[in-house]
Amino acid sequence: MVWKFNDEQPIYQQIISQIKERIVAGEWKAGSKLKSVRELALEAGVNPNTMQKALAELEREGLVYSQRTAGRFVSDNKEKTDRLQEEMTMECIKTFVAQMEKMGYKKEQIIEMLNKYISENK
Amino acid sequence: MILECENLSKNYGSVKALDNLTLKIESGKIVGLLGPNGHGKTTLIKTLSGLLSKDKGKVLIDGKRIGVGTKKIVSYLPERSYLSPEMKIKEVVSFFQEFYEDFDAKKADAMLGELSLDKESKLKSLSKGNREKVQLIMVMSRKAKLYLLDEPMGGVDPAARDYILKTIISNYSEDATVIISTHLIQDVEQILDEVVFLKEGKVMLHSDVDELRMEKEKSVDALFREVFSC
Repeated sequence: MVWKFNDEQPIYQQIISQIKERIVAGEWKAGSKLKSVRELALEAGVNPNTMQKALAELEREGLVYSQRTAGRFVSDNKEKTDRLQEEMTMECIKTFVAQMEKMGYKKEQIIEMLNKYISENK
Repeated sequence: MILECENLSKNYGSVKALDNLTLKIESGKIVGLLGPNGHGKTTLIKTLSGLLSKDKGKVLIDGKRIGVGTKKIVSYLPERSYLSPEMKIKEVVSFFQEFYEDFDAKKADAMLGELSLDKESKLKSLSKGNREKVQLIMVMSRKAKLYLLDEPMGGVDPAARDYILKTIISNYSEDATVIISTHLIQDVEQILDEVVFLKEGKVMLHSDVDELRMEKEKSVDALFREVFSC
């Protein structure tokens, strides 16, 4: 996965959501060690301070943790990562449903369309 | 506080290049100095590097007045090169080594090695992009407290710009501050902590980039275009 940033949101917020996606997708495995702030900053092409800010926030949320000398790790607390996955899934569904309703679909129609799409695109 | 300017003024004849400019910048930041041509960016940078003298006001770098003491801790990349095109790369390296106590020749050699440039080549034989890269490597190989980069990406291709940005990110020490003057806002935006908009020699805006994006819901580049639209 490559880092990509839009123009509207603060960069550190975008980093936070992209790291969350990586954790949920298992690209950053539970309990694995993170690269250093500078390496990650370089990889994403952002300021090390911004990367640091994003990681500090993720630490506050308990999704990554620091060990004084060993560095930073992805949380291996399954409860936390499961909850994150659920939150992100709900967020995704919410956006989808809102978009469909905007186009004039009723709830039943949305379910019908979704079922149709899934069965056709197996 | 690495930099403090108070009511700084500089005139060229009747033109006010810097007009009662007040600006404070902390250590450990990457700051974009943005503004249209002719609004004081280069004058400010040259004043900070000690190449121009101010007419009025106060400037302190790391608490010191501009002079020999500040030149030791300020690493300056000029908009136009002062190096002779006849110089070979290895001569540029020894030139910097002789001039600056804080120059790390090993670091410079390693970076030049990565670019696989022949140290026997003369500057004039290099492409514009490579010339810019060599000079940036020299400037970033000093262990300075304040880096002043005047248009470090002017006129080079996008790949060279990426290289330049990465070199800046990976080489400034964490307690140092980097001030980058540029028009290429979109290219530098991702690496900036703060931006300073200069208009007619005054600070028109000085803000944290993330806060600015949050508040205005647009990029610094878009905001700049709006503020300075003709």
